[in-house]
Amino acid sequence: MASGKTITIAIMDAPYESANSTTALRIIHAALQQGHNVNVFAYEGAVNLTMKAQQPHANPVKGTTVEQEQHPTTKDWIASLFKLAKDKGVKLDWNNCGLCVDERGAGDWIEGPRRGSPKDFLEASSASDATLVIPTK
Amino acid sequence: MPKILNIVETAYRATIEEQDDTILWLTHALKNAGADISLLLRANAVNYAVKGQDASGLVFGEASMAHSPEIDKDLEKLAAKGVPVYLVEEDAKERGLSDADLISGVKKISRRDLPELIDQHPQVWHW
Repeated sequence: MASGKTITIAIMDAPYESANSTTALRIIHAALQQGHNVNVFAYEGAVNLTMKAQQPHANPVKGTTVEQEQHPTTKDWIASLFKLAKDKGVKLDWNNCGLCVDERGAGDWIEGPRRGSPKDFLEASSASDATLVIPTK
Repeated sequence: MPKILNIVETAYRATIEEQDDTILWLTHALKNAGADISLLLRANAVNYAVKGQDASGLVFGEASMAHSPEIDKDLEKLAAKGVPVYLVEEDAKERGLSDADLISGVKKISRRDLPELIDQHPQVWHW
């Protein structure tokens, strides 16, 4: 059941670089699961989290095939979070910083995220019950 | 080929997303490629040697993680492959890790002996 409350989360880390991305996605999952709306401001390297071209790979060290390895991709995790939001009747608004996208050539995303700006982050934060910033270190 | 010492300081860097540690993986791949390589765990990375780690059960919406990282087992495989694996003794003690907590096959080394270990390796890569 929707709570009517909204949290805004800013994230900075690129995928596959730190535990911050997984932590952020866990928090987003928990918030959606509890019926809260979630705004995400993906800043700097975090715009790569939703890149459509991400592909699982085999693991030559382990000797596993692509099928056996079942390597996760952040774009699939986030696609699943969009579905969870839909199922729960709440909103997941994923705002990829447009300038960060441009400087990385990272504009081809899965369905769901939108292009935005720091101004959108400010407005989302102002309209939210809480804001959480998870910066890169 | 010069001997390489890979020093891992930062722990659990995207280990969930990667299903392993990227530098342990790289060490393994370099060993497979013929490198004469050793591994030193220091600071928070000493926790990699703790046996019985379990990172399973992650779920996002309907997407569940099929294979969780098994860092301790990856270390054992590295050691079995002939990669000397060292661990800074004081860093483990400071974190309350006793010998009983750690996998076998890891060589403890005190901080005062690090210069000698480093001196044995013409290439020292600190990650």
